[in-house]
Amino acid sequence: MVLRIATAGSVDDGKSTLIGRLLHDTKTVFEDQLASVEKASLRYGDGSLNLALLTDGLRAEREQGITIDVAYRYFATPERTFVVADTPGHAQYTRNMVTGASVSDVAIVLVDARNGLTEQTRRHLFVASLLGVKQVMLAVNKMDLVDFSQDRYDEIVAAARAHATALPAPVALNPLPISALLGDNVVDSSDNMPWYTGPSLLRQLETLELDDDHSIGARLSVQWVIRPYSTEHHDFRGLAGRLTGGTVAIGDRVRVLPGAQQSTIVSIERGGVPQETAEPGEAISIQLADDIDISRGDVVVTVAAPKPPVVADQIVADVSWMVDKPLEVGTRWIIKHLTRTAKAFVSAIETRHDVSTASQHSTERLELNDLGRVHLNVSVPLVVDLYDDHRPGGAAILVDEATGMTCGALMIRGFDGLES
Amino acid sequence: MTLTDNRLDGLDHDGGLDELEDEAITIIREVTAETRAPVLLFSGGKDSAVLLHLAAKAFRPGNLPFPVMHVDTGHNFDEVIEYRDRLVKEYNVRLVVASVQASIDAGRVVEDTGPRASRNRLQSVTLLDAIAEHQFDAAFGGGRRDEDKARAKERILSFRDRFGQWEPRAQRPEPWNMLNAKIRTGEHLRAFPLSNWTELDIWRYIGREEVPLPSIYFSHRRVVVERNGMLLSVGGPVVAEPGEVPFEETVRYRTVGDASCTGAVRSTAANVHDVITEVAAARITERGATRADDNFSDSAMEDRKREGYF
Ligand SMILES: Nc1nc2c(ncn2[C@@H]2O[C@H](COP(=O)(O)OP(=O)(O)O)[C@@H](O)[C@H]2O)c(=O)[nH]1
Ligand SMILES: [Mg+2]
Repeated sequence: MVLRIATAGSVDDGKSTLIGRLLHDTKTVFEDQLASVEKASLRYGDGSLNLALLTDGLRAEREQGITIDVAYRYFATPERTFVVADTPGHAQYTRNMVTGASVSDVAIVLVDARNGLTEQTRRHLFVASLLGVKQVMLAVNKMDLVDFSQDRYDEIVAAARAHATALPAPVALNPLPISALLGDNVVDSSDNMPWYTGPSLLRQLETLELDDDHSIGARLSVQWVIRPYSTEHHDFRGLAGRLTGGTVAIGDRVRVLPGAQQSTIVSIERGGVPQETAEPGEAISIQLADDIDISRGDVVVTVAAPKPPVVADQIVADVSWMVDKPLEVGTRWIIKHLTRTAKAFVSAIETRHDVSTASQHSTERLELNDLGRVHLNVSVPLVVDLYDDHRPGGAAILVDEATGMTCGALMIRGFDGLES
Repeated sequence: MTLTDNRLDGLDHDGGLDELEDEAITIIREVTAETRAPVLLFSGGKDSAVLLHLAAKAFRPGNLPFPVMHVDTGHNFDEVIEYRDRLVKEYNVRLVVASVQASIDAGRVVEDTGPRASRNRLQSVTLLDAIAEHQFDAAFGGGRRDEDKARAKERILSFRDRFGQWEPRAQRPEPWNMLNAKIRTGEHLRAFPLSNWTELDIWRYIGREEVPLPSIYFSHRRVVVERNGMLLSVGGPVVAEPGEVPFEETVRYRTVGDASCTGAVRSTAANVHDVITEVAAARITERGATRADDNFSDSAMEDRKREGYF
């Protein structure tokens, strides 16, 4: 299995350098890339090899020495394959961190050993917790600039542990001291910090165990109905989508939500090849025994699902707000949830999360980079899960009708309305 | 432990190919459902071959619900055109050809002159004109994030404004990989279902699925000249310059582009398995080795992307 990693930290904490170091020390960097970085190092910097330039690929990034947009990089060791997102820490910092964390199994949170825990670090831990990233690697970086001091390291880790107790959901911190610039404890263990006896960052990432999604029961949100209309497949009517939440097999009884109809699975195909069963994550198409009215946006759920989704048109959700135009009570947005698109009306803003103290404040509006809890009325019933039960069914985005921009990321925490 | 060993190691198992396939098919279905008139950009290269294969699988046993478009620079390898026409029949899809020559004739673009002129840059105009003419609102491309540092910043669903331009600072976030296909008239989307694939994944998939490829991907004898460290095929648009001595060499291509600026590499890899072994051991990225246009300047790809390139 691929391990997806998000990186987080304030500007200049060393995220890009760390990723460059991981790529370099796992021999992922090709000769021409290294040559181009060497050339660019002469132009932007003091001439010593600047590994951050491996991910800072846009011209403006190189000129300003910053990362502007999320970049994805790939590397592999004999143990595992990794995808790492370099998420920049300024202007749209929360948006980038949320985006990176939403698809990650683990977040590397960098702290500059000289500065200690900052407001940004607290924010990153909060976001990881809110987004359900349960494993964090707290990497205390630039240890070379604090004489590799164990006292300094212990102090920072203690502050982080204290903050972690106030987070909305528990997060494992997995702390370690590193120097991204020099490579200490990144891939190879450090000779400079004999007091640290744990494994290097890469070793930990290679062996990190993720708790498997406990099965809540299979569901398939219909993306497309395949109707060939050919003589050979005259009656074929395949419900295409990606299976999540559990396995299905031919013969399983299913319900089609938000309606009340039931039927039985009679065929399963993946890429046109018939199979008896399907696993979560597989892009499949299924056929049902009965000719019931099903279209894009409907959700097929096994009758035996231990924790089925709920049909609701009022939802309570945590939101990460990603644009300049504020989210205000009484405003209307497009909501996209699974394969359904509808309108959503903001009926209330319950609170704005104060990420550095993990406390809450009442507010009338949420601005760029704010995190808060909102109540939405949706124009049609959605088939939802709680985000903590099931990410695909518990996540949604808000889109601005006028500009088409993606404005908010939603994590569903509660619902009301029609029961299933 | 080196990456080369790891990569060779990866030959024995399928290392994530199923997952990549599921993800790509999910993206293709989603974009098709959310847009009015999508099109698949087909260059005849290996990435677009894989893309077409995946698109066909996504809608089986139905037909592909959209056409494929070839942006024809007029500087083609004959083998690639033969291959394109064969595949169109095999997959039973509608082919739209957008011609760079037609853009030149219509005065839409001015061709660089001289023996080293390439039509690669001109493709952007032809592509955007064709998208407007056919009123396509989404174009599937075979771009991968591992190809280039600017591509590494690309979204799965990439928004293009009325001028076809890409603005890296104003990209739509894709939390949970949720795709937002909302656009206004005149704007369009580029969709990259292969975003998370590497070159090696592509080859392993081609091997596993027996995806047909143009013959120039495998070793053959060819008359070339060596220019800026690249081997360019002589005949067609490339003419030997004074001082350059054409010679015959055993080569293959790692990418297929405009024949005037796509270089061959010395290789004896005659089949997919040989190629995988070679790719796994390669120490130079495919673009660095074979694309003269990217070596122009360090941000050549970013510049072309901003102008509306693939
Ligand atoms: N001394 C020292 N400098 C570092 C270390 N890691 C990063 N830096 C430097 O800190 C600066 C910012 O690094 P960069 O990777 O661009 O930070 P980002 O903004 O988090 O991506 C650069 O000048 C790096 O060379 C480290 O471990 N030790
Ligand atoms: Mg950076």
